[in-house]
Amino acid sequence: MWTQIFQISLLNLRSLPQRLGSSSVIVVGIGGVVAVLVAILAMAAGFSATLNRSGAPDRAIVLRGGSSSAELSSTIDNRQRQFVGTLDGVRLASGELYTVADIPKRATLLPSNVVIRGVEQSAFEIRPEVRIIEGRNFSPGRNELIAGRAAGEQFVGIDLGATVELRQSEWEVVGFFEADGSAYESELWTDLAIAQSAFRRFSLISSMRLRLEQPGVTDSLQEAFDNNPSIDLSVTSEEEFFRGQSQFLTTLITGFGYGVALIMAVGAMFAALNTMYAAVSTRTVEIATLRALGFGATPVVVSVLAEAVALALIGGLLGAAVAWFGFNGYTVSTLNQGSFSQVAFDFAVSPDILVTGIVWALSLGLAGGLFPALQAARMPITRALRGD
Amino acid sequence: MKSFPLIWSNLFRRRVRTFLTLFSIIAAFLLFGLLRSIAGAFEMGVNVAGVDRLMVSPKYSMVDGLPISHLAQIEAVEGVAEATHMTWFGGTYQNPTNFFPKFPVQPRVYFDLYSEYIIDPLQLDAFERIRTAAVAPADLAEQYGWRIGDRIPIEGDIWLRGDGSDLWEFELVGTYTVRDDESTFASFLFNYEYFDEARIPETQGIVSNFVVRVTDPDQAGEISARIDAQFENSINPTRTATEEEANRQFAAQVGDIGLIMNSILSAVFFTILLLTANTMTQALRERIPELAVLKTLGFTDRRVALLVLLESVLLCGLGGALGIAMSGFALQALGPELEGFLGQIEMTAATTLSGVGIALLLGVVVGLNPALSARRLQVVEALRK
Repeated sequence: MWTQIFQISLLNLRSLPQRLGSSSVIVVGIGGVVAVLVAILAMAAGFSATLNRSGAPDRAIVLRGGSSSAELSSTIDNRQRQFVGTLDGVRLASGELYTVADIPKRATLLPSNVVIRGVEQSAFEIRPEVRIIEGRNFSPGRNELIAGRAAGEQFVGIDLGATVELRQSEWEVVGFFEADGSAYESELWTDLAIAQSAFRRFSLISSMRLRLEQPGVTDSLQEAFDNNPSIDLSVTSEEEFFRGQSQFLTTLITGFGYGVALIMAVGAMFAALNTMYAAVSTRTVEIATLRALGFGATPVVVSVLAEAVALALIGGLLGAAVAWFGFNGYTVSTLNQGSFSQVAFDFAVSPDILVTGIVWALSLGLAGGLFPALQAARMPITRALRGD
Repeated sequence: MKSFPLIWSNLFRRRVRTFLTLFSIIAAFLLFGLLRSIAGAFEMGVNVAGVDRLMVSPKYSMVDGLPISHLAQIEAVEGVAEATHMTWFGGTYQNPTNFFPKFPVQPRVYFDLYSEYIIDPLQLDAFERIRTAAVAPADLAEQYGWRIGDRIPIEGDIWLRGDGSDLWEFELVGTYTVRDDESTFASFLFNYEYFDEARIPETQGIVSNFVVRVTDPDQAGEISARIDAQFENSINPTRTATEEEANRQFAAQVGDIGLIMNSILSAVFFTILLLTANTMTQALRERIPELAVLKTLGFTDRRVALLVLLESVLLCGLGGALGIAMSGFALQALGPELEGFLGQIEMTAATTLSGVGIALLLGVVVGLNPALSARRLQVVEALRK
């Protein structure tokens, strides 16, 4: 039985090149589904990876109570800021001013929201991943800024040594930084005190970043805030904060990807069915001859399925390859609803996305091959031998 | 068209194959309808009706806000017929996925300016009179099951109340509809006066932008420049553009959604083209003797070619029409769910027509080659097969 299955399947696969034209329907159809699915999932994965990379387990973010999701709408005054710095469990604290300015995107020349973050020196100690890769760091007290790598690539005028006008003040771009490919790379950083005076924020800050003595002390910090009636702050671990920001768009893109791929898959499955019915009908005499020679029904079924699955696999691999070579590492930027600013991210075609794509391809191949295979096995031998 | 029955029965000669092909085409055009409509939602308001409206925004970033005192100065600018303000409220109704825009507005002037919004005059009176009043688009109210008189709680995030709470409550006093199907992003509106009194004192008097109706749309450029010149040297400079331009700039921030949708669609159509072409070629190959018989009976070369071509056009047109119709139904069913994320999604006449057009074109492209070979067919040779 196993040898029969093997022999017929091999025979069938060898004759595939003769049906190249119609077989390509399955390959292209399923390839298209897989390419679209992998590309869209890679987009969602890239976006959430960029935001998730921005958080670390031993870091937390403090915002005004009630604005637990956005730095933009949060303000913290000096009194509360000092209170946070004194709490147990906080190793380092950095007050930060967060605002956005319109800078045209290089691609569209249309103004887009870019984050300007005023930071203290401790911000760099809290985020060791931030490294200057070109030029130098800004000098405190001067209208200088450093730009994330992605911000430099995406926005007009963010060039080393260039002067940019942000909100009625002029700033010199003195350096570029990298931050492990996180969302910080889409930001412009400058000295906190200078930013406060340039943007007329007086002594107010937007948020605080904390380095914690150990992960998980956020609960006790929040308790300390809640127990003090003159404090209206909320604290979230940085990981949770960024997960919250990425969730909406990631869910939306992923859902969209599966939705589109599903409808395409239905179309491709019908195409595969069509092709396989045609393949079975051109092989009618051949299959009947085999049956007459004593080959069983199961080997015939398996051979047709093997053909469908082999074609689907080729399609799936091709589709995945197209998505990989076409999109992996491709940088786009979008408005992150959570932070109301532009975040640049790369499409990330990960192994598990590729596996998902191939699994889809194989399932479609099986679905498209099953009924034609059963039909092939059920053919009355005598009539089929006559060829009608 | 007396050959129609012939074409029809030719089409369904191999029922399984035809239906499978038809379903593939339907799937392709179902996607076409859905994706085009979603892309349309992202380009929302780009074709807003109000070409005579200008949007006055903060010069440096839309998050800045402008003092309400600008309003009187804007109204005094030559060419300005009417002006009002609106404030981006943010906020959450029940949970963050229930997204819809919320604005505190000046009821009377707002509905004057947005003349495509239709509201019952008595409800508009109530909206103006009752401090905590709100009005909602009729379909939004329906989606959340709101009735007139309901109290709608919104959790504020940008705007907190002076009493330290972040919970705002509004009483629904009316609903409005948007005339025709102009794709404006309809919003939940409430009384600015109440909002301003209740918010934290330091934040009072700040609005997001101003909407201006001009006396002469042809002079929109000059009027914009005059408005911006007013505030050029103030600490709150402005940037004025037509509403259409302002919306387009905002939509562009999301990224090139149109490009992504079109890439997917081209992948889909390439696949369908190949598949349908293959089916038609196969159908023709099987039918060569029949076509030869037709020719023997006196059908001209042209007529036989036309039969084959029309069969393909019929198949694609049928699939296209069914697919587009299905996407219309799907949008109606899914619409409320999706609109939470994407804004108003509508199947426009343009989408429908272009879909059907593309389907027919697909039919021609796919049928052309088989039609030409049918035309070239030699009777003697073909009969011998």
